[in-house]
Formats: sequence, C-alpha cells, structure tokens
Amino acid sequence: MLILYIITVLLLGLSLLASPRKTGRALQIALRRFLRIAPAFLGMLMMVAVALYLVPDHVLVQVLARENKWIAVGSALGFGSASIMPGFIAFPLCGILLDRGALYMVLSAFSTTLMMVGVATFPMERTYLGTRLALCRNAVSFIIATLVAIATGLFFGELP
Amino acid sequence: MKVVKILKQHPWTVGVGALFSIFMLGSLHTGFAPGEAIGRNFLSFLGQMLRVLPCVFILIGLFDVWVKTETVEKHLGHGSGLLSYVWAVLLAGTTVGGLHVVLPVAHALYVKRAKLSVVLAFLSAAGICRVPMTLFEASFLGWRFTCIRFAVSLPLVVLFSAVIGWWFDRRRYRLPDVDEITTDKTEAESGKGVDLSMTGVS
Repeated sequence: MLILYIITVLLLGLSLLASPRKTGRALQIALRRFLRIAPAFLGMLMMVAVALYLVPDHVLVQVLARENKWIAVGSALGFGSASIMPGFIAFPLCGILLDRGALYMVLSAFSTTLMMVGVATFPMERTYLGTRLALCRNAVSFIIATLVAIATGLFFGELP
Repeated sequence: MKVVKILKQHPWTVGVGALFSIFMLGSLHTGFAPGEAIGRNFLSFLGQMLRVLPCVFILIGLFDVWVKTETVEKHLGHGSGLLSYVWAVLLAGTTVGGLHVVLPVAHALYVKRAKLSVVLAFLSAAGICRVPMTLFEASFLGWRFTCIRFAVSLPLVVLFSAVIGWWFDRRRYRLPDVDEITTDKTEAESGKGVDLSMTGVS
C-alpha cells in the first residue's frame, strides 16, 4: 500500500517538473474518469456490504470444509464467484479453512473464482467492457478456475 | 448539471442507492442490528477503496498524458507477438486492489491501442498474480499451492484471452467509450515534443 503512494507521489513530482501543464491535464483526466465510474462503484460496494452480512465467515467454514469434496468444490466456486474481498482478508480466511480440514482443491477453487469472477463487480465490468465481453470473460474465468481446482486436486493427491 | 447527467446514466445505482440510504437511516434510527452491521461493512470497504483509488486514477491520468499511443501499440497492439502476453502478465503483477481497480487501467490500455486479447489477459492475470496478494497466498497456503495455481492458470488465461480476443476482434467489437477520451486526442498531440524524454520513465 505504502509503495503505491510512494510511486504515485514520485511520478507526479517528476511529471510536475517536466511539464506542469500536462500534469494538470493528467489530474483532470483522473478526476473525470473517477467521477464517471463512481456510481457503478458505489453500487458494487453496497452489494458487497449486504452479501458479506448474509454470508458470514463461519457459514463459509461450515460449507467449504465438508466431507463430500465435489459439493465443497462446487460451493467454493459459487461463493468465490458471488463475493469479492481483498486478498488480505481472503487468504487468511483460506488459512482458517485449511486448518478446519478444507481440501487444497476447494481453496484453489475459492481463491481463483474470488479474484477472477465477479458477480458483484459485473455492473462495473459491463461499463468498461460491454455486456457481451464481460459475460464471456467471466464465463471463461469460471472454467479456468474449475480446471485449476482439478489440477490442484490431482497434484495434492486429493483426487483419485 | 454534470452530476445530474451522470446520475441519469445510472438509474439502477441511483435507485439501489436511494433504497440503501433509506434502509441505513431507518436502521440507525431504530437500532436495527443487521442494518448497522451492513452499514459498517459498507463504510469499511468505502474507506479501503478511497485509500487506493485516488492513486490509481492519478497514475492512469499520468499514463494517459505521458505514454504515447505508438509505444503501447508497438508492444501490446496488433502485430505484437507472444511477448505482449508476457508484458501483460508482468504488468498485471504490479497492480493492486481487485478487478474493480484494474478495470479502468485495462480500459486505458485499450484506448492506447493495446489489442483486445492482451487487455483481457492483463485483466484476468491481475486476479492471479498480483505481487502483494501472492505473498499472502504463499504464506497462508504454502508455495507449492501458489506454484501449481500459477503454472496451471496463467497459460490458460493467455490461451483463452487470445481466443476471445480473436473472436471479438473478428466481429469488430469495440469497448464502450467510457471517458469520451477521443475528444482529448487533438489536445494530446499538441504537446508531443516533451513526450520523448518521458516514455522510458513511465
């Protein structure tokens, strides 16, 4: 996080030294782009806030650390797609799940869909990519996540 | 005026937002616990996002002004080879946040004439191999897990992105013009002389 600030300030300073006029325009562009996407962004945050309340951590643990591995992988794919959370929450959560007996392939399915498939971010993605491409990208990402989960299962010897 | 125009383009968000605010105010007023919990979630997310987004958008603005279209087109555009995907994955590794943060960056790349398949590879790879995220992943789940996930998913991402990009390109698909960036083009051309010195830095 800190490094992002450092890089931003550094580049902004360099830019300012090179050409204040261009820097001003860069800031204008930044502001305009931000305002354009702000509504879709707020919508996403509201959805996430509600979703996170409806599916608290302990429910996730219950479902993902189940005996039947196919049900667990299936629900991991579903949960991962439906929710988004920052990596610094998601992976510690995966660590907890691992301790509670979740399989590696389940965690792989969960973390990959979590980061690559976004139902909550879909309205935003649609604004940037258009409906068809956004749908296509998410569908393909889902397939990739499934394949990755299976590969993980094979590698860790969780699949026969 | 401008605000009204923007609001009109997002009837859904405005509707949901209004409902949400009423629900929040109602919950605060009556002390409805689930409502308060949802409100806290919302504020904590909003706080997190507001810490990252200004930097990201400023960087995008700088990218827009300083990096020349030709540079992006040469390395990431049509006619660039397999190496362009390597660039896309490496670039993706340096990003922060989630899909919602990377989307505007991907769009900015596209506006600078990166090809669609590279933009898609960048987007999806950003979900897999962001450096800070990888550190978290490896420390909680082990390097073995991370290595397998990378080894399987990155080639698949590149392969599928190339296929989708090719498919949509063939149908002359264009990304929506989010920022009406085309209007700036003539303006951007006027300050071309200084560009040369900065392309390397950016």
